[in-house]
Amino acid sequence: MSDQKSDMISLTIDGKEVSVPKGTLVIEAAKSIETDIPVFCYHPKLESIGACRLCMVEIGLPVIDRATGEKVLEADGSVKLNFGKGQVTSCTTVATEGMVVRTLTDGVKKTRADMLEFLLTSHPLDCPVCDKGGECPLQDLTMVYGHDVSRMDFRDKIRLDKRVPLGELIVLDKERCIQCARCIRFQDEVVDDPVIQFHMRGRRLEIVTFSDPGFDSYWSGNTTDICPVGALTTTDFRFGARPWELNPVASICTHCPVGCNITMDTRREAASGGRRVIKRISPRQNEAVNEIWICDKGRFVHHHADASDRLTQPLVRRDGRLEPVSWDDALDFVAQKLQQHKDAVAGIAGGRLSNEDYFEFQRLFREGLGSGNIDLVERRLAGGDVVAQVGITRGSNLLDLKKGDAVLVAATNLHEEAPVWWLRVKQAAERGATVVVLNAVETRLDKHATHVIRYEPGTGLKAVADLLTYARVDTGAANDLATAAAALMNAENLVAFYGAEGLTYQETDTLARMLANLLLLKQGEGDAAVAHAGRVNSGLIPVWSSGNMQGAWDLGIHPAYGPGYRVLAEPGLGAADIYAGAADGSLKALFVVGADPVGDGLMVDRGKLAFLVVQELFMSETAALADVVLPAQSWAEREGTFTSGERRVQRYFPAIPVMGEARPDWQILAQIGERVGLAKPPFAEGLVFKELAKAVTPYKDMTYQTLACVEPQWPVIGSPDYYYGGTAHRNSQGLGQQWASAAETSVPAPYDLPVELEPAETGGFRVMRIPALYTDGMLIDHTELLDERIAPPTLFLSPADAEALAVADGDELDVVAGDETFEVGAVVSESATPGVGLLRGVPGRRPMGVIPATVSVRAPAEMVVVVAD
Amino acid sequence: MIGEIIKGMGTTLKHLFIPPVTIQYPEVKRPVRDRFKGRHELKRYDNGLERCIGCALCAAACPADAIFVEAAENTDEERYSPGERYARVYEINMLRCIFCGYCEDACPTQAIVLEHEYELSFYDRASALYTKEMLLVDVPVNGIPTPQATKPGTFTRAIPDMENPK
Repeated sequence: MSDQKSDMISLTIDGKEVSVPKGTLVIEAAKSIETDIPVFCYHPKLESIGACRLCMVEIGLPVIDRATGEKVLEADGSVKLNFGKGQVTSCTTVATEGMVVRTLTDGVKKTRADMLEFLLTSHPLDCPVCDKGGECPLQDLTMVYGHDVSRMDFRDKIRLDKRVPLGELIVLDKERCIQCARCIRFQDEVVDDPVIQFHMRGRRLEIVTFSDPGFDSYWSGNTTDICPVGALTTTDFRFGARPWELNPVASICTHCPVGCNITMDTRREAASGGRRVIKRISPRQNEAVNEIWICDKGRFVHHHADASDRLTQPLVRRDGRLEPVSWDDALDFVAQKLQQHKDAVAGIAGGRLSNEDYFEFQRLFREGLGSGNIDLVERRLAGGDVVAQVGITRGSNLLDLKKGDAVLVAATNLHEEAPVWWLRVKQAAERGATVVVLNAVETRLDKHATHVIRYEPGTGLKAVADLLTYARVDTGAANDLATAAAALMNAENLVAFYGAEGLTYQETDTLARMLANLLLLKQGEGDAAVAHAGRVNSGLIPVWSSGNMQGAWDLGIHPAYGPGYRVLAEPGLGAADIYAGAADGSLKALFVVGADPVGDGLMVDRGKLAFLVVQELFMSETAALADVVLPAQSWAEREGTFTSGERRVQRYFPAIPVMGEARPDWQILAQIGERVGLAKPPFAEGLVFKELAKAVTPYKDMTYQTLACVEPQWPVIGSPDYYYGGTAHRNSQGLGQQWASAAETSVPAPYDLPVELEPAETGGFRVMRIPALYTDGMLIDHTELLDERIAPPTLFLSPADAEALAVADGDELDVVAGDETFEVGAVVSESATPGVGLLRGVPGRRPMGVIPATVSVRAPAEMVVVVAD
Repeated sequence: MIGEIIKGMGTTLKHLFIPPVTIQYPEVKRPVRDRFKGRHELKRYDNGLERCIGCALCAAACPADAIFVEAAENTDEERYSPGERYARVYEINMLRCIFCGYCEDACPTQAIVLEHEYELSFYDRASALYTKEMLLVDVPVNGIPTPQATKPGTFTRAIPDMENPK
């Protein structure tokens, strides 16, 4: 570390002395002492361009005598200052030692007023109908700094198109744009999706999109947050409510393991019968998780929460039909049936439940029914136990990764699976960190990576094993893997992401262990050697396939692990055995919570089950076959906690009223528990969490109060500073808390790895699944807005394969892989690996691994001729 | 003393001949002043389009939180107001309203006006909710009822052009 003192400089702003790190912009220095300088184009997360000219200040520099190099003094002994001829933009000026900044002089005030008047010469006075009206920087700054009356004639304003859709998600109002280029710079600099750009010059300057579909980016919604006027609005919220009518509620996004902090803005809606509904979702600042960004999936996929087809009443099958009954009847019936089949009962849970739900679920089964047969509906990625050992260390922040640090991204396409992680790894690469991407296929991160290692599909484990060998011993080999391994081992910090792309479940388990061993390799020689594991800003991050898969592992939704990774003496049945047991009749009763095994193709019909209970939001295919259907509350209706892939436990709060008679999952489970002999159900989520924290060692320091703690974050975002950082919300509801991995206290021994890897299957045509963010599913289906963006089920195959299989581009195919058939469209692509087809956009989680497949072209559907009478 | 009695009786006598101020309401109704603030009306333009653009500034200005507005977007096929948006739902709870007239002041299009109707009585709370249909005035003689189908390109402003308030 260099000397702290020499890195700091001090300057004076409006008479206040301030000390800031070298390289700080004047505007940031001013912000740090809460001196407001108004801005439009400047944004703390973007490069400054000095376009709006609103941040002009007067800057005086000490006059230096050239001969002596000393500061020239005035007669009274003070330092002589040179204020130059005019004002300068504080967003592009770097603070220097001894600088004197004046932000409140008459000259500065006049500049601000004049700039605002200039902007308003062509800005429409739409404020009463503008979606930004009420949280609009231009409106507010005009009120504070603008002239009282305009000297311009209203009739001379230029008129441009008011409603220009940039794709189906974002609408542009050309008149309102003040040409600050925040949106364009965001798309270009931050997320590297430069699909919008300025066209023409001067007054005719306008934003255009040149992608197909328009504004084709997973990040488009963020531009509406940082737009300082109402030029960009989302079609989802457009005219939905005035900003001051919205009631903000803190929540957590459930769509991927990143755990983005979000705010749900709710309002009563007449169309929903006066119910409070979610009007929009916007980001909530958490610099350790999502900064101030969220992806469009998190922003727009919320309509399932207040969908009209939600289950609202407990249903019990009578005479073959599901009929509404009272909760007491339903719960009594379920409890009695579960007890009756106590010896042959099993539970299946989905990956989106809260920690409290998981805790009550495993308690009902393990303690109430004495059965260890619980599992997640289908596991795609293994390694929760490994993550507990060497997971990313507490207090880490991907934002801190810089030159000298390294990130390894193995077998996952972060841009499609966890977009915010992709963004943060990309930015780490831009700060100089080494980024190694290991994958069978091309991913979006390749462009920003320092090392891209492409392996043959099916040989992923071998590639990682080789990497591990090169990292362990310097073989002197001069190949990509060896240089990448050296770069990883020489890094100060090492973060390893891993996923399941092209791997089977067993293979991901080995992968996790291999990466753990990489993190446990000691750097340096002798006693001074230390491993990366346990170091802040180092560790393993699993890219789970569902939002709270980490919580499911932590809470022991696993046949072999209890809560807190306690190894069970007698493991229960895993999911595969449960489905087999249901099919052959060895299992009598099955309890499914938040999952749809029948719809996912894991169970055929209900097998020989004597009793099937489904606890769900919607009438899923499994629910339709059940004996009892229990309506659960969605995450928007209730409180709870989720655990992110970085093991950060975060709270969310109730935003909308309960749908019908639905109850929270944990409550239903606890009420059944009470009926089978457990203690009385806790009254609230907070009390469940209290019991949970007692039972689960990693969570022992947490309570709902500690999870809700906040501390000041930089940059300052949110009201009343939205001209500065956009309309993302300030976080006042909790930053969450990470639990400690085992490596933080003592470095565990490396894992034993299989000596011989199973040889990959070769020969014949094989397929592997590649992820797509917008993949068809039960939740995304409720957001009609995204219908057109949902990735069509597609098989990418190389020209050679296409010829061999007699498939033409655009054909409709039936791909039979494993015991499943996928209906996909064919895309012949030069970039596909010969011999391996890539399945994208197919619902569910399969196929896993790289497996043989047969492809047949589907005959066009026969035309049905209807003859009118 | 007698003088005082006579004076007093004289005053009484005088009042016998002054016409009474009592009005036989409801048979007889006294006209209200021009600026009287009674029941609200939502006005229309001469062509029948609604003045209200659903901006909800009336609701924001209302000290009694009596107004609920929900906006939606106009299209040329289904146009309610000349602007970009219109009030899909407009409700005033007359039990909450204190007839202060702030809504009228806040309205940028002079759509909501407190008129002279003051006979507001209800048998239950629900009927005190005045909906948009109840508040909207009748379509003018040469106007077309809303929604109207309008020629594309006619209404291209977010807010209809207005003269500056004098």
